[in-house]
Amino acid sequence: MVSDQRVIYLDHAATTPARPEVVEAMLPYFHDRFGNPSSIYRIARESRKVVESARESVARALGAEPGEIYFTSGGTESDNWAIKGVAFANRKRGDHIITSAIEHHAVLYPTRYLAKQGFSVTFLPVDATGLADPGMLEDAITEKTTLISIMTANNEIGTIEPVREIGKIARDHGIPFHTDAVQAVGHIPLSVKDDNIDLLSLSAHKFNGPKGVGVLYIRKGTRIDPFLHGGAQERNRRAGTENLAGIVGLATALDFAVQSLPREMERQKRFRDRLIAGLLSSVPHSRLNGHPEKRLPGNVNISFEYVEGESILLSLDAYGICASTGSACTSGSLEPSHVLLAIGLTHEVAHGSLRLTLGEENTDEEIDTVLETVPGIIGKLRAMSPLYPGKEKECHV
Amino acid sequence: MYSEKVMDHFANPRNVGEIENPDGVGEVGNPVCGDIMRMYLKIEDNRIVDVKFKTFGCGAAIASSSMATELVKGKTLEEAWEISNKAVAEALEGLPPIKMHCSVLAEEAIHTAINDYRVKQGLPPWEEKSPHHHEGGEGCELPDE
Ligand SMILES: Cc1ncc(COP(=O)(O)O)c(C=O)c1O
Ligand SMILES: [Zn+2]
Repeated sequence: MVSDQRVIYLDHAATTPARPEVVEAMLPYFHDRFGNPSSIYRIARESRKVVESARESVARALGAEPGEIYFTSGGTESDNWAIKGVAFANRKRGDHIITSAIEHHAVLYPTRYLAKQGFSVTFLPVDATGLADPGMLEDAITEKTTLISIMTANNEIGTIEPVREIGKIARDHGIPFHTDAVQAVGHIPLSVKDDNIDLLSLSAHKFNGPKGVGVLYIRKGTRIDPFLHGGAQERNRRAGTENLAGIVGLATALDFAVQSLPREMERQKRFRDRLIAGLLSSVPHSRLNGHPEKRLPGNVNISFEYVEGESILLSLDAYGICASTGSACTSGSLEPSHVLLAIGLTHEVAHGSLRLTLGEENTDEEIDTVLETVPGIIGKLRAMSPLYPGKEKECHV
Repeated sequence: MYSEKVMDHFANPRNVGEIENPDGVGEVGNPVCGDIMRMYLKIEDNRIVDVKFKTFGCGAAIASSSMATELVKGKTLEEAWEISNKAVAEALEGLPPIKMHCSVLAEEAIHTAINDYRVKQGLPPWEEKSPHHHEGGEGCELPDE
C-alpha cells in the first residue's frame, strides 16, 4: 500500500516510527544473540547482561534504581498491572481507588473492572483545560484509599497534570501513587524521585522505539501482586521470557529521546504553536482543547464546530496527512471521547475534534502544508453541514 | 476500511445542497450521535424530479446520503419508499458493520421527506413496515455509563 504520495505523519501520539539506530541495535538479538536470559550457558549469560544493562539505562533515565524497573509488553500491561496489582495486594487494608475522569482506557477500564469486583472508585473531574485539582484529590482521600492513579499527560488533549504535587499529597498520606506516563516519557522531563512517583507506566513505541514493549517502574517497598503468573523472570514479579530485542530497542530509543529532549521540545513547541495560532485564526468557530501552556510540546487538539471528525480525517488522508479525532465515528462506539466530554465539550463539538501530534521527522514545510490544507477542508464540509449557520451569521458570533 | 465507492461518494458527493421551496423535507439523526441528514425533495406527478441533501457526519453518513439521493432521483414515491438501508449499503459496495446505522439514517431521511410531502398534501403518512425492518443498523442510543 506504499504510494508515491508523500505522507505527512501527524499522529505520533498513536505511535511513532522506530528510529533506524533502534532497529539496528535490536537486530542481533533475533538471530545471533538469541539466548534465553534464564539459561546458564554463555550465550544466555550474554542475553542476561544485555537485559540488565538496558534496565540500568532505563533506571538512569527515570531517576530510579535498576531493581525498580520491570519490563512488560507495553503501556496497557503496565497500567493493568499497576492498578490491579496494587488494588488486590492491599485489599485487606482498603478498597478505595482515586483516578481521573480523563485516563486512557488502559487505566479507565481496569478501574471499572475493579468497581465490578467490589472496589469503590472516585473519578476526579478535571477543569475545562483538563487539569485535575490536587486540593480536590486530597479531599477525596479516605481511610480506605489504597491507590491514586493520575496520568502524567493526556494522550488526546495533551494537558500535563500536576503530578509532583499529587505525588506529594499521596506520599503524605502513605498512599501509593501511579502515573500513566506513556505520553510523557521521552517528551518532557520526568523523574520518579523528584516527582514523588511510586509506579510509572511507559511504552517504547511512543518515543521511536518498537511496539509491544514497555516498563512498569515500581518503587522499592510498594505492595503489588504479580499480574502475569508463571516463570521466575523479572524477579518473580512478571513471568514470561524477556522480549530481548524489544528491551534493547526500548532502552536505545529512550537514550536517544532523553538526549534530544531539550532540542526536540523547543522544535515541536514551535510547530505546535504555529499550528494552533494558524488554525484558530484561519478557521472561524474553532477552539483549542486542552491547556494553552501546560501542554505536551507535540500536541494540537482543535474542535471545529459544525463538522464531524472522521470526515475531516478522510479528507486529510486524501492529501496524505495522517491525524486523529475524538469523534465517535472512529472509536468503534457511538460515543465521542470521554476526555472531550470531561472537559465540558458538548457532544456536537466533541465530534468535530482534530488531533495533530508532532514528532521528530516533521518539518516546517509540513506545517505549512497543513495550515494551507485544513481551512479548505473545513469549509467544504461546513458547506455540506445542515448545522452550519452560514457565513452571514458568522459576524454576529 | 471503506470501499472505493464510499470514498468516491465521500470525496465527490452527488446532489449536495438545498432546494428552494421543496415539496418535502426530512431531517433525521441528532448531533449528539454525530450524524444528521437533511433531505430535500422536488416532486412532480408523484415522481421525485430533484433531490438534494445536507449532512453532518462521518464519511459513511455523507456517502450514504449521496448514494440515497442517486437512488431516489427519478423514482415514483412508491418506488422511493421501498429503497431500504440495505440497498443503499449494497450500492456503496458495503459498509463496515459499525457504520450500517448511517445507511439506516439515509432510509429514514427519505421516508421522513416523503411523509412530509404527503402530510402537506393532506394525505395520511405512510407507515414504517416495522420498527425492526432495518438490516444491520443500530440506532443512536447513548450508553448509560
Ligand atoms: C496515555 C496512554 N496510556 C496507555 C497507552 C497504551 O499503551 P500501549 O499501546 O503500549 O499498550 C497509550 C497508547 O495509546 C496511551 O496513550
Ligand atoms: Zn457516523
